[in-house]
Amino acid sequence: MTMSAPILQGKRLVVKRGGITVLDIPDFEIKKGGVLSLIGPNGSGKSTLLLTLSCLLKLSRGTLIFNGREINNRQSELDYRRKIAVVFQDPLLFDTTVLENVASGLKIRGVDKRERTRIAEEYLERMGIPHLAKRSACKLSGGEAQRTSIARAFAIRPAILFLDEPFSALDPPTHEGLISDLNRLLPETDTTAVMATHDQMDALRLSDRIAVLQQGKVAQTGSADMVMNHPINEFVASFVGMDTVLTGTVREILEGDRMILAVGKREIEAVGDLPKGEGVLCFVRPENVILSTDSPEEHSSARNTFSGRIVRIAPHGLFYRVDLNCGFDLISYITRTSLDSMGLREGQTVKAFFKATAIHVIKKSS
Amino acid sequence: MELILQGFLKAIELLVSLDPEVLGITLLSLRVSGTATLISLFLGISTGTAVALTRFPGRKFVVSLINTGMGLPPVVVGLFVTIFLWRNGPFGFLEILYTPMAIILAQAVIATPIVTGITLAAMQNLPPNLRLQILALGATRMQMLWLLIREARLPLLAAVMAGFGGVISEVGASIMVGGNIKGYSRVLTTATVMETGRGNFDTAIALSIILLFLAYMINYLLTRIQQRERPR
Repeated sequence: MTMSAPILQGKRLVVKRGGITVLDIPDFEIKKGGVLSLIGPNGSGKSTLLLTLSCLLKLSRGTLIFNGREINNRQSELDYRRKIAVVFQDPLLFDTTVLENVASGLKIRGVDKRERTRIAEEYLERMGIPHLAKRSACKLSGGEAQRTSIARAFAIRPAILFLDEPFSALDPPTHEGLISDLNRLLPETDTTAVMATHDQMDALRLSDRIAVLQQGKVAQTGSADMVMNHPINEFVASFVGMDTVLTGTVREILEGDRMILAVGKREIEAVGDLPKGEGVLCFVRPENVILSTDSPEEHSSARNTFSGRIVRIAPHGLFYRVDLNCGFDLISYITRTSLDSMGLREGQTVKAFFKATAIHVIKKSS
Repeated sequence: MELILQGFLKAIELLVSLDPEVLGITLLSLRVSGTATLISLFLGISTGTAVALTRFPGRKFVVSLINTGMGLPPVVVGLFVTIFLWRNGPFGFLEILYTPMAIILAQAVIATPIVTGITLAAMQNLPPNLRLQILALGATRMQMLWLLIREARLPLLAAVMAGFGGVISEVGASIMVGGNIKGYSRVLTTATVMETGRGNFDTAIALSIILLFLAYMINYLLTRIQQRERPR
């Protein structure tokens, strides 16, 4: 595959609010095709960046370049806004019928009535809500309203679709339905999308690239897999759900990019090529830590097998979170079934195992 | 009791027979107050929208000024309009004092702050992100303003009603700047005052019934509008 040219570039993007810099990004690119997610905690600037990229927020400094052309006056701004679409957390529908709502972006662009009705009907169909066409937008459920809002955005066939926390106000089944619809519609319509979300699972399921924001700056950008499994620093690691963070040093270098790390009084085998004696941070994803109640003799020689005492067991979404003390703190997620079949109890001693490849190691910043 | 009953019977007779004088007064009232309301809508909606959508130093002061203006006493307006239009006043050369034009002017001054205030409130009640959503749909500035006003159309209708209701029932300014000249600048309220003074209760009651009917219609429509569902 050839390197695709960026469809949108942001240079030296700075947004200040009341003298405080809320966004400061020297260089930002959106490539054609695919979905880029902006993730980060509240106040990290993801929505600000999204609004900036969609030209809805005045920059204190910096420029946007769309398809090689700088957006620098009222006309180019309008031209740009007519090529994109934005879906907000609230559906923000007009007080008219669903069909009129979906057609509204086209009406603004001066598309004649017959044509815009045809296109609106097509996208109502694609969003699975053709039966709502004649319904008043005031009388929709939250999910129906957000579907209408998304259909309205798709109807203008945007070059870039911006989504600002599009699922945050929806109940779980509606949320699921919308994600699968977007997963189908985005490639089907060949739409480039940018989504701001605080939910890393949404980001993982929809996007191929992720940018993690921290205090108005981009902490890390990369493929979803890269960011989730190879976080660049402690902030990103904890945000993407690498709950176990261990500090240690490189004790020994092995063949094949392997090394032995000293963590507390224990040794952990990991993948990486850092020099001996280097201080490191290791991240372990709780779902990669496997627990067993086998007798201590078995597997005891295997690397990265530790016996530890269960400190706490607590429900965590669909899983149970088990906090262990193995000389260092380790967290494991297990299913209810495993919890019951092993009969785990707080205070009990169990074996914990994780693969050398399941640990992500980064150099400790001094 | 006799007096009231007789007054009512005569009043109904005047109404049913479409008494030319009563009819003329009613039509003038509607024309004058209607025109004044139209002027106030033009000024009030644009001012209200502008204040609602912009941030500038002293904005709070302007908003409180508008809210105070919503309760402007008609006699005070009448006094100042009279002074301005007085032969030696700054606009004396227009020579419109004691004409329907003067009443229109005074009533527009009374209704404009009412329309402005309601418009301001209506615009501020719209979801804050709606402006961004409209811009994101590709709207120009003018298209955005138009769509916002359209979204606020129900409360804006209330502004029309409140403005019209305020001026059609107003008497102080109308009598001061219009002069209550028979067949020329006599409106429902000024005529009612005069006929009551003369002891012509029947005519006064007939005029009052018309006024009450208009007031009822306005409130009926207002209630209908307010009972409608708002979009999410």
